[in-house]
Amino acid sequence: MKTGIRISGFGGQGIVLSGVIVGKAAVLNGFNAVQTQSYGPEARGGSSRSEIVISDEEIDYPKVESASISIIMSQEAFSKYAPMTENQGIIIYDPELIPDKKIGGNFKLAELNATRIASELGTKIVANIVMLGGFCEICDIISKGSMKDSIKDSIPKMLDLNISAFESGMENIKKINW
Amino acid sequence: MTNEIIRLVGKKDLFIQGDEATVYGALLADCKFFAGYPITPATEVAEGMAIWMPKLGRVCVQMEDEIASIAAVIGASCTGVRAMTATSGPGFSLMQECIGYACMAETPCVIVNVQRGGPSTGQPTEAAQGDIMQTMWGTHGDHQIIALAPKSVQETLDLTIEAFNLSDDYRVPVVVLLDAELGHMREKVVLPEVKNIKVEEKIKSNIESDNFKPYRKHFKKSSKIPNFKHFGLGYKTYITGLTHDERGFPVTTSAEVHEDLVTRLIDKILDDIDNVWYYEDYLIDDAEIMVISYGITSRPAASAVKMAREKGIKVGHIRLITIWPFNYEKIKELLKNVHTVIVPEMNLGQMIHPIREVVGKDVKVILAPRIGGAIHSPKEIFKYIGEVKP
Amino acid sequence: MSFISNKKIIEKYLRKGMFPTIFCTGCGIGGVMNFTLRAIYDLNIDIDTTVFVSGIGCSSRVPGYIDSDGLHTLHGRAIAYATGVKLANPNLNVIVFTGDGDCGAIGGNHFLHAIRRNVDLTVISINNFIYGMTGGQVAPTTPIKSKTSTTPYGNIEYPFDLSILAKVIGAPYVARWTTAHPGQCISSIKNALQKPGFSFVEVLSPCPTFYGRLNKMGTALDMTKHLKESTINVKLYEKILAEGNTTDKMVIGELVNTDKEDFGTKYKRFCGELK
Repeated sequence: MKTGIRISGFGGQGIVLSGVIVGKAAVLNGFNAVQTQSYGPEARGGSSRSEIVISDEEIDYPKVESASISIIMSQEAFSKYAPMTENQGIIIYDPELIPDKKIGGNFKLAELNATRIASELGTKIVANIVMLGGFCEICDIISKGSMKDSIKDSIPKMLDLNISAFESGMENIKKINW
Repeated sequence: MTNEIIRLVGKKDLFIQGDEATVYGALLADCKFFAGYPITPATEVAEGMAIWMPKLGRVCVQMEDEIASIAAVIGASCTGVRAMTATSGPGFSLMQECIGYACMAETPCVIVNVQRGGPSTGQPTEAAQGDIMQTMWGTHGDHQIIALAPKSVQETLDLTIEAFNLSDDYRVPVVVLLDAELGHMREKVVLPEVKNIKVEEKIKSNIESDNFKPYRKHFKKSSKIPNFKHFGLGYKTYITGLTHDERGFPVTTSAEVHEDLVTRLIDKILDDIDNVWYYEDYLIDDAEIMVISYGITSRPAASAVKMAREKGIKVGHIRLITIWPFNYEKIKELLKNVHTVIVPEMNLGQMIHPIREVVGKDVKVILAPRIGGAIHSPKEIFKYIGEVKP
Repeated sequence: MSFISNKKIIEKYLRKGMFPTIFCTGCGIGGVMNFTLRAIYDLNIDIDTTVFVSGIGCSSRVPGYIDSDGLHTLHGRAIAYATGVKLANPNLNVIVFTGDGDCGAIGGNHFLHAIRRNVDLTVISINNFIYGMTGGQVAPTTPIKSKTSTTPYGNIEYPFDLSILAKVIGAPYVARWTTAHPGQCISSIKNALQKPGFSFVEVLSPCPTFYGRLNKMGTALDMTKHLKESTINVKLYEKILAEGNTTDKMVIGELVNTDKEDFGTKYKRFCGELK
């Protein structure tokens, strides 16, 4: 089993951190994992992308070619990376950030209003963690416990808020066409 | 040592970047001095050092430039401590004169170079393997250094420790060559148990300085590595970048002294090449085609070789872990039954030159170059293998 | 200042295997080495825990002649190497010998930043206003109009004043003398050696072979006399300034003597607080 996950959005959304959390959770779950990233030179704004390869075998090539799962948090990223998801792959996106959701191809879509849910919890900055909750709920690769342990290890501050964000994501993810 | 570091870090299993792995490697190797200057994509090394070194009572200082960084590292090394710096292409270029000094003065030091796209400022955030020739030939004059190229985050940590050991054993600068991809990539690492950290001699000498020969040959059994004493022990050690005799005193116009010194600087490593040269091979026994790679490129290369084997192509893979010195004899032996060699590199052809030199005209050597930032894909390398005609 | 013979200084401190020196007749560098060794003798400093560091140039050859640990480094880099030596082993006394070109041109940035960082070094800069080793080229300290082999029609660039530079950046100890002031030199080197932090002693020195010859300044003795006449003691200078007058002469004397915690001590304290 080899799974490629691509998380994309813009700088400042915690895209890279989300990738680190998923990678670390996979390792805690007993898998091999490689996390890589790319971002524009800007500290805020600009495009941001993080990739994780998870496997029960040794991972040679560390990059994701066509993602089994895409987690998308901006219109620009949706237009660019949604079509790069593999056939029958899962695309999880925040619909409020993506006005134009038209996409061809054969994908399983899932919507999660992560930014709104995060705002309701008190701060938009945990929207990425809401997305990870949704990912954990519908993808069934990494256990909930490992994901939570990884969040705890990666973001020691405001743990309760982040765990609430994660759980809200698990509860609110909506499968569209499965 | 390991236990102290694990206690401080709080755990043994980490999910970290390649850059950070060099930090933990240095901490475990008992590196007592780090001097550096911020540069993408190596900055995380300095940042990691700044977190941990003061907590261990060790020195971490940000210097005014890369020249000062390597200079301070060499100065620290002269006092008998293990010392390291980290940089990328532009900074590595600036360091070249001091690297030559460390070769000439036989001062151990470790230099981490996280390669990015060049020449000049180039592509600061993008990966490259463009410093392969510079690592060996960047400084002026004849010399020999050691360079190691890891392929994974765990190996980065392990080879950083090994770099310190080799540097001490051969009294030569050792370069750990990463690239922006590996430097920023995260994988699981386990902090290893480290033994055999050398304890330097702290006894004061009563040798009269004119009789003390820090650069004497044959100190170790059949070896050309000098018997060097660090500062503060009363040996009155004199270190210079000028051509010097066995006492370390400048002798700059004698051809004999110069030839004796410079050939020894090279031979002290080449005489013992099999103990310095690390490599890995995969499916080479019946191979007619060989892929030779190093560093991060070895990962897509390994995938490509597996893909080709599934199609029944008789291809093997050699991964150079020690990229300098180049082991001509051993590589020639490993390639004796192949008709084609494919060399994927993230440059427009550097390591291919000694490989061409070693196989001669009977074997076809094909370059699989890639520049611009992205690492080779397995399919891309597979295509080169698939196109080979016997 | 103690009245010991040169013979005793030679026996106690010099490396027998390195003679004769490369210094020309009339050169001031040997004198400054002598002043330094006398300061070390007077302070009873342990030579076995003293490291002399230098770069490239005539004055950078001094460590080779002294029987102690010595680090003869690259052009301009002595202070950067010395920073590593001192921080890695704070028990060592680290003395840097440098010239005006080594310290002020190619090594200028290391000079500034070691002062900013306040590393506990004693830097002795022998300023002969020219590049001697390479045959008399213009230096960052060469006065305007002076002739050198690369300013054959006279220098048109403004020179650096190394001591004022050190003072302005905040070195806790700065003194400048000429080779015609041996007693004052020894006394200032002693103060510098005892001062924690970056201390700087600049000694103006004759180079009869190049600077003197190209500018028709006569013998070493004439040049020494000239150095004495073209400098003014800081105390007298301040008096002239107070009276509303000014002078073109170079100011000599103890220019700064203040206390400032050095980098190594601060770093050690900071490490202790982190534990």
